[in-house]
Amino acid sequence: MKTVTPTQIWQALESVKDPEIPVVSMVEMGIVREVMVDGDAVRVTMTPTFSGCPALDVMRREIETAVRQLGITNVTIETVLYPPWSTDWITDEAREKLRHFGLAPPQKHGGDLISVAFLDVAECPRCGSKNTTIKNSFGPTLCRMIYYCHDCRDAFEQFKPL
Amino acid sequence: MNQAIQQILTQKLLALADDELILAHRNSEWIGHAPILEEDIALANIAQDELGHANIWYELHQALTDDDPDELAFFREAAQFRNVQLVELPRGDWAFTMLRQYLFDAYELLLLDLLQHGRYQPLAQACAKVRNEEIYHLRHTSSWIKRLGLGTEESNRRTQAALDELWPFAQQLFVPLPGESILVDEKIVPNLGRLHESWLERVRPFLTAANLIIPTNQTPPTKNRSDHTNHLTTLLGDMQKVARLNREAVW
Repeated sequence: MKTVTPTQIWQALESVKDPEIPVVSMVEMGIVREVMVDGDAVRVTMTPTFSGCPALDVMRREIETAVRQLGITNVTIETVLYPPWSTDWITDEAREKLRHFGLAPPQKHGGDLISVAFLDVAECPRCGSKNTTIKNSFGPTLCRMIYYCHDCRDAFEQFKPL
Repeated sequence: MNQAIQQILTQKLLALADDELILAHRNSEWIGHAPILEEDIALANIAQDELGHANIWYELHQALTDDDPDELAFFREAAQFRNVQLVELPRGDWAFTMLRQYLFDAYELLLLDLLQHGRYQPLAQACAKVRNEEIYHLRHTSSWIKRLGLGTEESNRRTQAALDELWPFAQQLFVPLPGESILVDEKIVPNLGRLHESWLERVRPFLTAANLIIPTNQTPPTKNRSDHTNHLTTLLGDMQKVARLNREAVW
């Protein structure tokens, strides 16, 4: 019987990247909610970002694989919807990584999503300009919106605040 | 939960799921056909969101019945679906699609706001999540209705024609299922009569401000969610075709 500590599992999960944004981990994104170890059994709780996200099954499989690679065979991955995932849970380090990746990080809204969703403020991830205009509140994946930077004169994407 | 409550709750979840599944399919028909690329993307996103929401309701339904969501989506006949006729109508022109989505979004957001405080926790908790995603839908469709209603003579005419056709159909959203009052008494779902009033208070002034005339005919085409138009049969023919080619196929 092999046992590990929750800390070891959290560390292992740090290496599991978001399948659609491979520069950030599912831990940094706030997708992994809880890790529980009971003897040789491990239970990981995760929550989907957008409920129609097609990457959800991939995420579930990759989390399971990462735990199994620690030598654990008794693994359960539980998906919960509550509390609803929020972009406020994305860590500051991950926000920086998103920016480097070319994706403007979502504004923090502290639960007041409506005001943020209608503010339409995004900082260009390339030049830092705030002189930007929303072009489409939908994008190439469910979690992205399309903006235009008037200084770079080019389009960019923002992670959609949720 | 006693058996009577569970039985009607099961039907309610199926109705919620079927509305979203069929609407998602109708919207997905625009992929590759929308007037501009950005709208192609937007509608694909909205369809995918609604599909995700349908899946949540089917999974809540499954928790009570053991019915497999794929089985429900791909192997039922039209008469077994419980969606309103509003969502099965062919996609029509752009004004028709946007207006249908707007009328539905306005209903859904109000419904979710109340459902998230309901006493059946799995449903209430799921609604809190779905609601946040819906905010973006209503924002998108309402900006389109404003643009179309206040745009050119042609865009206004087409939007008005869509409203004249869709208005009675939209009223079916507010017809409770037989026995739904048990769920209202248990504070699991809101009273649809009151929801209807809130919806009218919201959409009437908005549509009027968009230079559209509210039709007087407010009688839904049917009060029974088992009644469907032939359009649903055609839609299912497309939607279920691949799944039915080989039941044992692994995806």
